[in-house]
This record gives sequence, structure tokens and C-alpha cells, in this order.
Amino acid sequence: MNYLSFLVRRILALIPVLFGVILVIFLISHIIPGDPARLLAGPRATEEIVQNIREDYGLDKPIYVQFYVYLRDLTRGDLGQSILTRRPVARDLLRYFPATFELTTVSVVLASVLGIPLGVLSAVYKDRTADHLIRIFSITGISMPVFWLGLLLLLIFYLNLGIAPDPGRISGAAPTHITGLYVLDSILTGNLRALFSSIAHLILPSITLSWYALARIVRMARSSTLEVLEKDYIRTARAKGLTGRPILFKHALRNSILPTITVIGLLYGELLGGAVVTEIIFNWPGMAQYMVSSMKTLDYPAVMGVTLVITLAYVIANLLVDLSYGFIDPRIRYD
Amino acid sequence: MARKERSELQRSLQLVRKSLLAKIGIGVITLIILVAVLAPFIAPSSPTDTNLIDRLKSPSPAHPFGTDHLGRDIFSRVVYGSRISLRIGIIVVALGLSVGTALGLIGGYAGGATDTVIMRIADMFLSFPPLILAMALAASLGPNIENVILALAIIWWPRYARLARSKAISLREEDFVLAAHAIGSSFYYVIRRHILPNSVSPLLIQASLELGSVILLAATLSFIGFGAQPPTPEWGAMASSGREYIRMAWWYPTFPGLAIFVTVIGFNLLGDAIRDILDPYQRRRQ
Repeated sequence: MNYLSFLVRRILALIPVLFGVILVIFLISHIIPGDPARLLAGPRATEEIVQNIREDYGLDKPIYVQFYVYLRDLTRGDLGQSILTRRPVARDLLRYFPATFELTTVSVVLASVLGIPLGVLSAVYKDRTADHLIRIFSITGISMPVFWLGLLLLLIFYLNLGIAPDPGRISGAAPTHITGLYVLDSILTGNLRALFSSIAHLILPSITLSWYALARIVRMARSSTLEVLEKDYIRTARAKGLTGRPILFKHALRNSILPTITVIGLLYGELLGGAVVTEIIFNWPGMAQYMVSSMKTLDYPAVMGVTLVITLAYVIANLLVDLSYGFIDPRIRYD
Repeated sequence: MARKERSELQRSLQLVRKSLLAKIGIGVITLIILVAVLAPFIAPSSPTDTNLIDRLKSPSPAHPFGTDHLGRDIFSRVVYGSRISLRIGIIVVALGLSVGTALGLIGGYAGGATDTVIMRIADMFLSFPPLILAMALAASLGPNIENVILALAIIWWPRYARLARSKAISLREEDFVLAAHAIGSSFYYVIRRHILPNSVSPLLIQASLELGSVILLAATLSFIGFGAQPPTPEWGAMASSGREYIRMAWWYPTFPGLAIFVTVIGFNLLGDAIRDILDPYQRRRQ
């Protein structure tokens, strides 16, 4: 079976998963014990007004009808209207998504660029000082509450040393909107001030968000490199007279990278969700604030929209990981 | 079968005793459990009594972790907080483990449509980022500790269901299971008497490995405001209120956060050691 039909099959297999995901989110947001219409109308509104709002948002219809309507609108790219902001949810999400995407991407890149070499190093120097230090670092990384790390960094570098910029995405005006990613937009418009400012603002949040990912990548890279280094073909390569570097780069790394790539892909999706905490602490204007406020006010079209987008990103990240296997490891066949 | 299992367990326990990391982990966990059990004797004052004269006092011998914005002793609150975090962790894992094991064993042993339905439902829950699903569930159920427990159990059972299912499938073809089936033992009897006892130890180990992650997730939920609410002395909720006073009182969010960190690292150290011992070649996909 060739790659194309594998691709098609994998994408088709996504449909039931996505349907299930939508169903679960729909059920969760409709078991809400409160009454969003009452909440929106305010405590003094008459029953008539509340009833009108229910009709406006279709809340008076049976739940399966509401689900059908939601699915039908979804196929047209319509995520409904936020009860709180009274804007289309899709437009709200488009506004907040780039900030989250920028922070997450920078963090994943940072974690991978540092994590893979550290993990390999740890494996090569197994049971020596470097390995012990890296292992201690990585176990603290997976055990550290993200919000605590963020608060500590803020406390030290912003409040005490005063070398970090104040929380937020940028100081002064944002660069002209092209993609919504400030770093990219600043480069595209040649706006140096905005470029430096947006990078400076990214430093603490991306360290916070990437810490956990870094620890996970280090652990994976270490254990998979260790496993490969014990294989017969590495012994053969050594027997041929090869030493150190060629073995590591030509023989070991290519074979050990696959599980690490898997973890990076999974983490990318996880961080899109994990960014919530980081965004709250650093006042980052991403999807987190929108999600938290919509969940607290029972604004269920917004809750569904934001959960759906993040989960979709998570599912797609997993798919991309699967698809990338074939390029990295030519032994993998799709049948 | 049972005897072999026990001797394996004994050998593993011996290796755990030799590992330094495991020992540190066990030490930390023991300490936290002792603090939780002996909280009324350790805490110098009540975790909820306010004293507005002493608000936001920096750490001192009288208040080793300082006081909060209502003059409560943060050390006492952190001490009592250990009870809440341990309780959440243990109940979530116990609930998730019982539901997940039951469904996983039934699916794996029955096979066919039952298996497909159970595993599809499990996969559906696994396709969400855990924190997002936990937030959505806790928000719609209402923010309090009981609902955090419920939400986390709903998220956690599929992990155990998968593991239980794979054990059940490998046991399904074993002679003693086939024999039990052949002499007419009922479906649930075979599961209870033959499949369950032989899959229980890896499940229990998996469960204990994840206590740290559960505690961390629960604290994070409370920090964002979807879990324990003030004045409950829950670590995440305390760090969350402390965040507002961080300019004046660095100690306020710092010590509750430190407590979470130490607890989670204890469980993770032990978990790592156990994983190394049981399966050195296992790829740690976690």
C-alpha cells in the first residue's frame, strides 16, 4: 500500500474521532446545571425576556436538535455566537489563537533544540556526573507546577531584578497585523522596535511553558538513545573501527530519534492546552483568558469552540507525527 | 502462577531498596504522609483562623512561612493542605483504577463489539488534552473539590482501561482460563477469579506512578479557579490567592507551590525507580 492511500485512510479515520470529540464537548457543556439564558438576562429580567433569549440561542429546543443544528453550522465553519461577547465564536478565536500559537511554537522549538542534545549527552555519559545532573534537572522539570515556575521567574526577573519586561505581549504599539504572530509580523514589516520588544516579552513565558516539555524530551531522547547504543549494529560499527561521533550521528541518532519525535508531537498538542496557565500568569492575550471566562460564565458556544480548536490541534499534531515516521525511518511501510 | 508473581514482586522490592532515587522518593512520600496524618500536632495554629493585625507578615520563627492577606499562618495551611492533595490523588486513582480495570478486563476478555465500544469511548477521552477536558468538566459540574475528583477520574480511567485490556487479551488464551471457561464458569466468574488476580500488580504499579501527575493536575485546576475555593487550604488555591499579593509578599504563593513541587517530585522519583527496575527497556512514552 502506498503512502497516499495511507494518508487518505488516516484522515478518514479522523472523522469518527472528531465526531466523538464534538459529542463529548457538547454533552459536557449541556450538563451545565446553571441556565446561561438567565445568567445573560441578569437577575432582574422577567421570565419573558429570559424565554426570548432561550429562543434566540435555540436553548428551548430538545438537546438532539441543538446538537444537529450545531453540527450543521459547524460544517459551514460557523461555531455559533458567543453569549458573552455577542460576536461569532470563530472570529473571537481567530483573534486570540495567534498569540497562543506563537507562544506554544517558540516553546516547543526551544524545548526540542535544547532537549534532544541534552538527552543524547546524558545517554552517552550514562552514570557519570553530566548524566546525573541532566537527570536531576529533568525530574525536577516534570514535577514543577507550571504556575509556580512562572510566578518564581516573574518574582525574580521582573519584580526583583527588573530585567524582564512587564507581563504582556509587547510594549508600545503592536506591529501591523499580517499573521497575528508579532515576531513574524515585525520581521515582515521591518519594525525593529516591535521585533525586540516582542522577543523580550516572549522570554519568560516561553521558558515557563517549555520547561516541562524540555524535561520530557530529555527523558525520551536519553532512554531511546540508550536503547539504540546497546544494539548489535552499533557494536558492529565499533568493531569496524568507527569511534564516537560518526557512530553517534550516522548510526545511533537516526534510529533513536523516532520516539523523541513522537513525544515532541504529543507535547505540541499538550502545550496548546498547557499554555492556559502560562498565559494567565504572564497576562498573555491568548485563548486562555477567553476560555476561562467563557467557562466561568457558562458561555457554552465559546466553550465548545475553544475546546474544539485546541483538541483539533492536539489530534492534528498526533496525525502529523504518524505521517512523519515514513520520512524519518525508511523501514516503515504502510500496510 | 501466584507464587511466581509474588517472588517477582519480592525481587523488585529488593531492587527498590537498593536504589538511591527510590529511597529519596520513599523518604519524601513518607514525610508528606506523616505531615498529613499528624497535621493537628504539627501545625502551630489553625489553618482557617484569621488575624487581621498580623496580615502579610514575612517568615519568622513564629510564622516560618509567613502569613497571608488575612493573617493566617501559611505554614499551618500548607501542613493541612497535604491532607487535601493526598486525598484527591488517592481517590482519583482509586476511582479511575476500579472503573478502568473493570471496563478494560470486560472488553479484553469479551472481545468483539463490547471491546470495540469500550475502547472507542476510552480513545475519545484520550484524544483531549487532559487539562482542557478537566477544566471543561470541572466548570460545568461546579468548582469544588468533589467535582475536581470526579472530573479527574473521568479523565484518568481510560489509561487503566487500556492496560487492563491488554492484560486480559494476553490471559484470554492461557490454559487455565480456557479450562475455567470449558468447565462452564460464567463470564464474570472467570474475570473475577482468573483474569483480575493475574493483572492486578502491573495496574497497581501504574496507578501509584501516576499519583504525582494527578496531584499536580488537581492543584493546577484549583490555581486557575476550577477547583478548591478559598478559604480551603488547598495548595493550588493558596498559590492562586497569593499571586495577587506577590509584589508585597513573595512568600505567599512561593511556599504552597514548593509543597506541591516536593510532593510531586517524591512520587516521580519513586515512579522512575520502579519503572527502571520493572522494565529497563520499556520506551518511556509518558
